[in-house]
Amino acid sequence: MMDFTSVSLVFVIASTLLVVRILYVISQSSKPARNTSQKSLSTLVVLGSGGHTAEMINLLSVLQKDRFAPRFYIAAATDNMSLQKARVFEDALDDKISSKGANSIQYMQIYRSREVGQSYITSVGTTLYALAHALWLMVKIRPQVILCNGPGTCIPICAIAFVFKVLGIRWSHIFYVESIARVKRLSLSGLLLYKLRMADQLFVQWPSLQKQYPRAHYVGRLM
Amino acid sequence: MDDKHDEYKRIVFVTVGTTSFDSLVKTVDSKQVKEALSAKGYTHLVIQMGRGSYIPKKSSGEDGSLVVDYFTFSSSIADYLRSASLVISHAGSGSIFETLRLAKPLIVVVNEDLMDNHQSELAEELAERKHLFCARPQTLCEVIKSLNLDIIVPYEPGDANPVAKLINKHLGFPVD
Repeated sequence: MMDFTSVSLVFVIASTLLVVRILYVISQSSKPARNTSQKSLSTLVVLGSGGHTAEMINLLSVLQKDRFAPRFYIAAATDNMSLQKARVFEDALDDKISSKGANSIQYMQIYRSREVGQSYITSVGTTLYALAHALWLMVKIRPQVILCNGPGTCIPICAIAFVFKVLGIRWSHIFYVESIARVKRLSLSGLLLYKLRMADQLFVQWPSLQKQYPRAHYVGRLM
Repeated sequence: MDDKHDEYKRIVFVTVGTTSFDSLVKTVDSKQVKEALSAKGYTHLVIQMGRGSYIPKKSSGEDGSLVVDYFTFSSSIADYLRSASLVISHAGSGSIFETLRLAKPLIVVVNEDLMDNHQSELAEELAERKHLFCARPQTLCEVIKSLNLDIIVPYEPGDANPVAKLINKHLGFPVD
């Protein structure tokens, strides 16, 4: 039988390895990838709502569609507008780019952990449910690129993607564009991703934000 | 819009977006604000009131005052924006940029009842750059009275290419 010392030794070694692995993932994520094959990358687009979705569509419209394919769109189950807007965007492309695989574009809904006004007690259950659902979607999609711009819907997705990177399940590049509405302070989602260094790159649209968060990249206005 | 006197119409369109903003609807429905708008030469007031519970008073404007109409939601907000000579909007970024893109004079009214009031950041920044006017429900009347559309600086639409370039570079794609 293992005594207490050997158990704690194993624990110390395991957690050291985990910390080293996490630091490695963080440092590798911030470096540009050597993508010599130039193959297209499966891309997950997490749509926020209203203004967030409009900004994301503006970004998608200038990204090379052949590089970022297949594309998976995720929006909150309570948001019935965003996926519709993504569909309109993709259908307009269809007219110009022919011969697309049947599964090259997919639309999915995700449960939110907490709706506005929901009590904190019931939100424990719904949060676990939302996390399980996000995990299920991420196992299915295993994207190489994740594009998100808030609000909270993207946090479970990014957290799971980061865990996948640490565990070696899938390496995804996570990009977060802070909303144009944020002039002076990052949103909670942006702040979480920034502080926990979960995003490969975090973009801001106002110079004053970049001054406050030096690891963020200032890219000017998207709208 | 089949009115024969279209050219005499100067419409003020008020929009609260997908939520409710009763204090704004109540304010624009007040006698002082309606008189201030009339004094500035506006003839019609159309209010999109969203989920709000305050119902404005409709008016056909027979006594020479503003013609007032309202509705809750519409799929053709863009048409209302296009027909307007002045837009009074909540501070949501969707409404703000849609109005600026149409180059319509815009007064953004910040909802101070919202818990996480980051929305005022954007409105105040854009007001500082003279792309729009920024007000609170209690200052709206004053802002209308002192409205000077000549100082507006047209808004140049943004560009997503810088972000796209950085993403491509990070992924090892050639940046063209």
